[in-house]
Amino acid sequence: MSSPIQLKPDETFILNVGPQHPATHGVLRVKMEMNGEYIVNAETVIGYIHRMHEKMGELKTYPQFLMNLSRMDYLGALGYSHGHVLVVEKASGIEVPERAEYIRAIMVELNRIASHLFWFGAFVMDLGGFSPLMYALQDREHILDMLEAVTGSRLTYCYFRYGGLYNDVDDQFVASARKFIPRMRKSLKKYHKLVTGNVIFRKRLEGIAPLSKETCRKYGASSAVARGSGINFDVRKNEPYSVYPEFDFDIPVYHECDSLARYNVRMDEIEQSLRIIEQGLDKLPGGPIMPEKKPKIIKPPEGDYYQAVETARGSFGVRLVSDGGKTPYRLKLRSPTYSNMHLFDESCRGMLIMDALAFMGSLDLVIPEIDR
Amino acid sequence: MVAYFSEIYYGLISLLEGMVITFKEFFKPTVTVSYPYETLPMCDRFRGHVELIENEEGQPNCVVCGLCERACPSGCISLAGEKAEGEKKKVLTKYVLDFTRCSLCGSCVEACNFNALTFSKEYNLASRRKEDFIFDLLGRLEERNR
Repeated sequence: MSSPIQLKPDETFILNVGPQHPATHGVLRVKMEMNGEYIVNAETVIGYIHRMHEKMGELKTYPQFLMNLSRMDYLGALGYSHGHVLVVEKASGIEVPERAEYIRAIMVELNRIASHLFWFGAFVMDLGGFSPLMYALQDREHILDMLEAVTGSRLTYCYFRYGGLYNDVDDQFVASARKFIPRMRKSLKKYHKLVTGNVIFRKRLEGIAPLSKETCRKYGASSAVARGSGINFDVRKNEPYSVYPEFDFDIPVYHECDSLARYNVRMDEIEQSLRIIEQGLDKLPGGPIMPEKKPKIIKPPEGDYYQAVETARGSFGVRLVSDGGKTPYRLKLRSPTYSNMHLFDESCRGMLIMDALAFMGSLDLVIPEIDR
Repeated sequence: MVAYFSEIYYGLISLLEGMVITFKEFFKPTVTVSYPYETLPMCDRFRGHVELIENEEGQPNCVVCGLCERACPSGCISLAGEKAEGEKKKVLTKYVLDFTRCSLCGSCVEACNFNALTFSKEYNLASRRKEDFIFDLLGRLEERNR
């Protein structure tokens, strides 16, 4: 798509979107070179909320760093903690009890639904529809209440421990989670009726911002961004970890490559997460939540370890280089949104600014997680 | 031509469907509370800032081992104690929590082996002055006992 009115190159102007702009959902700045309503060039500027999480990881001992992970991505915090505890457990050879593994999976999936619900609400709000946000938040509130009753906090959970969990789930949690599943399924139907079928919504997303497979591969995109472009990649299936191989679930893949495909992937993922939770609750074994034998001080032996997990925003990888000390020698956090965001510069050229903002919403950016 | 009109027709139906849902929601009970006139009770495991636990005599359970101080990721706990002559145990003389740096991770409570720390249920914490967030937990304990 190109501008119908051809302006001379020197007639373009620079438009700053952000660092404080509601559409960027955080402190992201996009420098756009505009030709009227059309984008000629865009450049994302990041780093406004850089907090040196990687450096902090090198300075703090392992247990002290645990709470930092949930500050990376505040919407899907548990997935990030999961990646970190898994790599440290792998490095120090700590065995995790089965019950703890199951509870972890259930919690991460609940958190994924909460994150997707918030994204759903915010995304539709970006497009101009306000009420779906309220419905989504109402459902999300049920999840937050459940998680709060178990973990003690609503957003920045510090729930996973090396080898297990902070505390056990009770019968009340299991009962409320079981009650939540049919409720959420009913809500999903409502969302599809209210939003997915809506003519204005579809017109604004169908065929907008096509992302080719090659572009996704080039930038290392994951999550719904890649799966909406026909790449069947999910860390839970491709490099299984924890107890995910025990669950029966599908990876939604769409081949349309447009913004609507990315939306559909995420909505289908909520359904798949519900399936995992359902199976997890059925299979939930008894037993301890912390291993009997656990080193008092975590000191992984010298080596290089890597573990990737599928968070709500994509493939999150933790690389741990240990020199055998109490603190890591190097801790690299591969954040999925960082890769997903850099697609934007290349792909939004020639787009209308309204479409570009819808495209940005479909990428599901969480800025503190990019800057980390 | 047919496609054009059918698009308009199905588009209108999709809009009406959405409106029906919104209309139905209108009659559903309210789920929010009008804070601050109404508040919800905090759950049992709620992680607020820490508080000292007292024994039957009203003295803190703390034995000044300093494990919480070392466990804290942000270094917001500072405590001191002294050993009176002839006594076996140390007595807590100072326990200050710098809440401006606390991230409510709960590492201190987990590190404590003497059942001396617990989470408070307080969450209405707002102030204009930094000093209001430097909590003297020993003083708070004495105030509670008074």
